[in-house]
Amino acid sequence: MKKIMRKSLTIIAAMMLLLLAACSGENAETEGSTGGETGTLSAKIGVVSYLTGAGAAYGEAITQGLKLAQSEINEQGDVNIELVIEDSAGEAEQALSAAQKLMSDDEILAIIGPTLSTEFFAVAPEADLNGITIMGTSTTAEGVPEIGDYVFRNAIPEALAIPTAMEKAIERTGAKKVAMIYGNDDVLTQSGFDTMKKTAEEMGLEILTIETFQKGQSDYNAQLTKIKNAKPDLVLASALYNEGAVIMDQARKMGIDVPFVGGNGFNSPQVLEIAGDAANGLIVATPWFGESEETKVVDFNTKYEAEYGKLPDQFAAQAYDALYIYADALKRAGEADRESFHEALAETKDFEGLLGNFSFDEIGDVVMDVKVVEIKDGKFIEFE
Amino acid sequence: MIRLLLEQLINGITLGSIYAIVALGFTLVFGVLGIINMAHGEIFMVGAFVGVMTTGVLGWPLWLSFIASIVVTAILGYLLERMTLRPLRGKKGVSHLAPLISTIGVSILLENLSHHIFGAGNKPFRTEFAEISIEFGQVTVYLVQIVIFVISIILMIGLSIWLSKTKAGKALRATAENLETASILGVDTKKIITLTVVIASAMGGIAGILVGMAFNSVSPQMGLAIGLKGLAIIILGGMGNVKGAMVGGLLLGLSETFLVAYGDSGYRDAIAFIMIILILLIRPQGIFGSKIAEGR
Repeated sequence: MKKIMRKSLTIIAAMMLLLLAACSGENAETEGSTGGETGTLSAKIGVVSYLTGAGAAYGEAITQGLKLAQSEINEQGDVNIELVIEDSAGEAEQALSAAQKLMSDDEILAIIGPTLSTEFFAVAPEADLNGITIMGTSTTAEGVPEIGDYVFRNAIPEALAIPTAMEKAIERTGAKKVAMIYGNDDVLTQSGFDTMKKTAEEMGLEILTIETFQKGQSDYNAQLTKIKNAKPDLVLASALYNEGAVIMDQARKMGIDVPFVGGNGFNSPQVLEIAGDAANGLIVATPWFGESEETKVVDFNTKYEAEYGKLPDQFAAQAYDALYIYADALKRAGEADRESFHEALAETKDFEGLLGNFSFDEIGDVVMDVKVVEIKDGKFIEFE
Repeated sequence: MIRLLLEQLINGITLGSIYAIVALGFTLVFGVLGIINMAHGEIFMVGAFVGVMTTGVLGWPLWLSFIASIVVTAILGYLLERMTLRPLRGKKGVSHLAPLISTIGVSILLENLSHHIFGAGNKPFRTEFAEISIEFGQVTVYLVQIVIFVISIILMIGLSIWLSKTKAGKALRATAENLETASILGVDTKKIITLTVVIASAMGGIAGILVGMAFNSVSPQMGLAIGLKGLAIIILGGMGNVKGAMVGGLLLGLSETFLVAYGDSGYRDAIAFIMIILILLIRPQGIFGSKIAEGR
């Protein structure tokens, strides 16, 4: 039985090799250079990520997650994935030109990234127009999968995560008056804020004050003094963890000791690194719970830490899963062709990833369960 | 209400004092060399990282990491002058913009270096000193905030006295006035210029470590934002003017804070800079600037 399987696989692979070779000379070369294993299906995946600039930490986590997944996938040997990584520097224009460079390369099968929703909104329509599948791993803003047929994401949208976290937080604390703070120069934190505000209004909460800040700011005392004097029961903070952790640190020092509810981007072990004890009382909804005792999560943590010297955050985990989802689709597509890959990816259903059971809905958005976690005594625990 | 006002006032003075120390470094270099040192913000960032590393990783006491920070940034200042500014000075055919560009180069180099060494993202600055606070009635003041204000005042006064009373200070002013004349009159201008850049950089280092303590937020990108603010302040206060840097810094810090406190925090930077434009329309030479753009 096994023998027949292997034989037929070899034949199919050989036929595909011929097909590929017929397509272009260049392709045949790549095939040859990957060791000439006839059983493997090779593909180049383009990655656009935020690698330099104020948010380079996110791009770093994402590319590290991708590389870890890549080495595992290639080791398993069913498919061979090559990553072509480009830097977007957090700028929509640079993200677009990086993506255009990738798209013009016929060998690129599909794209992962860019990192920020702001960048993604610039790149995705272009990819959709060119018929190249694109998936965001950290783009949680509203309206991402609606961009087009070829646009997917595996990041939990804020519209799903934030209300879940807020409901649970308010259920336990009984908070009625809230203060809000958000970054107003980023699509992600802006859309998180919109969701928070809408949910707060729906829940009948009294919003005492709304404060804003900008990326890379270091002094939040003015905003926090205002919040402190408004005496809220709860602070809703739509911030990425880098700024968010500093905000919590300064808030706690100032004597604001109420819980914080954060968006998706606030969820990272780095919050503990940066803010220490001040991080206690942060409540976030997340697809990724790093302290989980599930074997695959523990394994991932160990491997990641051994490789990069720190624990993975959700950006790394989502990127890691994204590449596995791509590899899975590629396997099912059976050929490194943009069109059949796209079809196979859209059919992804009940994929068992690191983050749990994962499917795409009809428009390419996420269908999965969300967990709510909080930081207590210096670590993330499941919120009860 | 009064309490809120007082607390915001303290926030504003703290921020303003930090801006002022950064601007002092800018203004010193500009006064003597007539160039804007774009690497100053990054030297400031390195100073902050030295603080983070020495207190956090090596566990040194605070005073020692202050010294370490000053030493490292002073060395950086020396290297900056020796390797990127001096070779360009007084040569025929070198554009007057060349030193500016070369400091931009140094700033990019330093930012990327620390990105590689320390990684992206914020690093915490852990020191118990930052936790000490004093209660005045209902208002809480942190010792760090007082220290920052006092250090900035000391630096300003010290710098003013040094410039006007000491021999080295006089030589520095002579150099600022006219490099060639000063050198004919027996001033070792090379030494004076090096000294200026070293002192300015060390002040950047002090500002860096203070910011780390006050806001607990140190990242490789922090230099850029503060560098731009410092630049705006010396234009506001008058290029090359010590008092101007101090007053300009406090003004910007206070106005930013009060805009957040009593206005919309979303327009913080915009309104602060509109204010600068307005002041410059009325007094193009800056608050303390003299009509001709000369030393001080």
